[in-house]
Amino acid sequence: MHLLRLNLAVAASGFRRYATYRVATAAGVFTNTVFGFILAYTFIALWHERPQLGGYGQSQALTFVWTGQALLAAAALMGGGFQDELHERIRNGDIAVDLYRPVDLQLWWLAHDLGRAAFQLVGRGVVPMVAGALVFDLALPASPLVWALFLLSVLLAVVVSFAVRYLWALCGFWLLDSTGLSALSTLLSMFFSGMLLPLNVFPGEFGDVARQLPWAATLQVPADVLLGTQPGGALAGLAFQAVWAVVLLAAGRLLQALATRKVVVQGG
Amino acid sequence: MAAGRVRKVLGRAVWGVRAYGFIAAMWIRSSWAYRASFWMMLAANFATTALDFVAIMLMFSQVDALGGFSLPEVAFLYGTACVAFGLADLILGTAERVGRRVRDGTMDVLLTRPVPVLSQVAADRFALRRLGRILQGTLVLGWALTRLELDWTAGRVALLVSMLLCGGVIFGCLFVVGGAFQFWAQDAAEVQNAFTYGGTTVLQYPPTVFGKELVRGVTFVVPLAFVNWLPALRMLGRDDPLGLPGWADLAAPAVALVCCLVAGLVWRAGLRAYRSTGN
Repeated sequence: MHLLRLNLAVAASGFRRYATYRVATAAGVFTNTVFGFILAYTFIALWHERPQLGGYGQSQALTFVWTGQALLAAAALMGGGFQDELHERIRNGDIAVDLYRPVDLQLWWLAHDLGRAAFQLVGRGVVPMVAGALVFDLALPASPLVWALFLLSVLLAVVVSFAVRYLWALCGFWLLDSTGLSALSTLLSMFFSGMLLPLNVFPGEFGDVARQLPWAATLQVPADVLLGTQPGGALAGLAFQAVWAVVLLAAGRLLQALATRKVVVQGG
Repeated sequence: MAAGRVRKVLGRAVWGVRAYGFIAAMWIRSSWAYRASFWMMLAANFATTALDFVAIMLMFSQVDALGGFSLPEVAFLYGTACVAFGLADLILGTAERVGRRVRDGTMDVLLTRPVPVLSQVAADRFALRRLGRILQGTLVLGWALTRLELDWTAGRVALLVSMLLCGGVIFGCLFVVGGAFQFWAQDAAEVQNAFTYGGTTVLQYPPTVFGKELVRGVTFVVPLAFVNWLPALRMLGRDDPLGLPGWADLAAPAVALVCCLVAGLVWRAGLRAYRSTGN
């Protein structure tokens, strides 16, 4: 009970922290919307040449574009969020203070990141989606059940995204310079989440492999749940996300245990 | 009197560029101290900026033409946009950190030094790793040129070179205007991404892909069409979708000059509007 209240408080502070910067949020919404328009036009050209490409109709492809823009900040598809901050704390030794605290490091940052994502989903996700829906013909579902499943899928997407970024941040215990790592993590996330191009458009076996990787859980699966195009149904998609979430969070624990032994050697 | 003024302005401009050189050289030396990191970042910059072209190639693995343009033609647009943007990003990219400097109070330090503020802001954290984008764009452009089998005349070579240089200047002006805008709205740094990164993404695709309003917008409001669309369409022997007169294809140098004037004025106005946070 105490643990739950603590984590709720951490999440709420994460929410408030990002809600403070209103101008930055408005700027982000503007940029997401502009990029949504650019991508939407290129997708229209692509689906004009090949209708039903990757099993999507044109309006489904456009829905994918705007879902991507809506989740870009919330699921931290281009990296960021707590990742740089935690890495900096590892680099400058503040992590030693964090480890003294009577709270769990991974849970603390997960709660914080969920709070951030909740704000960014509302603050940065809704407006681009509405703008897209007003201008283009989107294939949005009418059923509230599908929307509920979508929200659940977004929650799992954020958890998987967190778990991946946590692993990247912990690498800082071994590699002190984070710039290369964060560039690599952004690169992989941009490409394999479907942000660049839906994974079902990737050719042949490459596409099949890409759909099994953890990054697929951060955008491709939520979008497919929303569109009703998830192979095996929405529940299969949610299960896929949940499995990756558990595996990656466990990997994070393991790495954290190894890393904390290392921090003693380093002396903080 | 007038000659004296001109000499003074010119002297300041030369000093601004020289100071830029000093600061940039310092940052190069500092980044060269961590060589492994430098090569990693160069490779990362190369790979990250290449992602856009990977997306285009994936698209062309499914279709033969996009908006009526073949892969070499799109690669030509991509390469020219990428190199022009890369030049601007290398030289003026850090101007996007103005907002951060205003917020944390380090802008005051720049004002006390006897060096033009724009030189200092632009040369701050000068990063050679940004050559990654230019290199990558050059490779794609080179590939496109071998595939297009254009008839090379002296005029065409000049057009290509002027395209890259004027394009770089136009993008550079966007960075300066974006930086100046942050004197008024410190937290809105992301707005300029829509024009810089968004702009280069638009230019990587043929204009036929986009709606007429968007094409008009990037021709008459933010003159990005002069970076590569208009001259490139002429080189590829294509009609431009707005049906502009032929001289518009060659107007990039004039447009770049006007952009410089506007950017200079906006920067000065921004600097004058600067209020220190007081810490």
